[in-house]
Amino acid sequence: MARLSDMPPALAEHLLKLPCADMRETPCISGPPLSERRVAIISTAGLGRRGEENFSAGANDYRVLPADLPPGEIVMSHISVNYDRTGFQDDVNICFPLDRLKEMAADGEIGSVADFHYSFMGATDPAEMKAAVDSLAGPLQAEGVNAVVLIPV
Amino acid sequence: MSAIGHYLEAAGLPTVQVSLIREHTASMKSPRALWVPYELGRPLGVPGDAAFQKRVLRAALSLLDRTDGPLIVDHDEEVPTGTVSAEGDGWTCPVSFPAPAGEETATASLKREIGGLKPWYELGLERRGRTTMGVSGLSIEAVADYVAAFAEQGLDALSPLPDLPVSEAFKRANDDLQAFYQEAATAQPGHGGGHADVLDWFWGQTEAGKQLLACRDKARETDDKRLRFIVNGLMVPRLAAAQLGI
Repeated sequence: MARLSDMPPALAEHLLKLPCADMRETPCISGPPLSERRVAIISTAGLGRRGEENFSAGANDYRVLPADLPPGEIVMSHISVNYDRTGFQDDVNICFPLDRLKEMAADGEIGSVADFHYSFMGATDPAEMKAAVDSLAGPLQAEGVNAVVLIPV
Repeated sequence: MSAIGHYLEAAGLPTVQVSLIREHTASMKSPRALWVPYELGRPLGVPGDAAFQKRVLRAALSLLDRTDGPLIVDHDEEVPTGTVSAEGDGWTCPVSFPAPAGEETATASLKREIGGLKPWYELGLERRGRTTMGVSGLSIEAVADYVAAFAEQGLDALSPLPDLPVSEAFKRANDDLQAFYQEAATAQPGHGGGHADVLDWFWGQTEAGKQLLACRDKARETDDKRLRFIVNGLMVPRLAAAQLGI
């Protein structure tokens, strides 16, 4: 259904008109086999811990989601209403698949799951997010993360 | 999302992205991406289906072995029939709400409707073990009070979140009201997991939808640019707005 051709014309047209930043190609960093990687999730679903500050329009910061955070403590304050939220209401893994990563680690498919995961709100201009993303490289590398899976909403 | 991949790779961190809008990902030359044919809001495909989700995640993570980016690989597993939320599945809300005893206020109408849905919201809460309500920190009754007051009085309505700008307080109340109704609706028998029908029901048939649209009218009359921005673009989903002709 995320094929633009399958969407109602008004929504497809809106999505096509969204400006995309003009990015240069970035060389891909190599790493060890998947079974030796420590994996973190970065979501752009506007997720955060219940009670902490919500995301607002133009937000370029992030929230920290510890790996032991109970699903009931995760809320979504993304400003957009133009996507389905009932999937998230049913199952947080639909856009924040931490349980799946933990299962893959238990099965030896990946090396380990990071202690900390992160969420931005994807509606923000990417250029405005650069400083915050750059500042995350240190914490990720400090806990040995060598694979980041980026998940939109 | 693609930009985050660029920034992290430049900082020395390998990334792989799940992509929902292939055109955007291609345009932004994402270093590594797995495009999935799933609905916006459901990048892992099917809620509650761990095996399905793991196949998506495994396909994405497998791309980390490659360094020949920018690359996009298409994940071709479609969601099973009957789980395509946005197409609708013919669901109609089976709950009939008690008729008012007589004339009632907007607040009473909204709370009567909420009362009729509360058993289903509670059932959903019990089954899921969680709720996504909570961005306002208010009870559903306090949310109802505010929305009903705003529908009648606009900016003169007493905000339950006085430390916040009205626009932000209203947005949070709106988000929690919609979350309550959606969670109550999808807990009901006969609901097949879709949200298109829930949207139609909420905006076309409920007192809550009617009152939020009245709030929208009130807000559009104000000089509060931020509030107008929210009610014009961040309140009614485009699909519903098209149905409503607004």
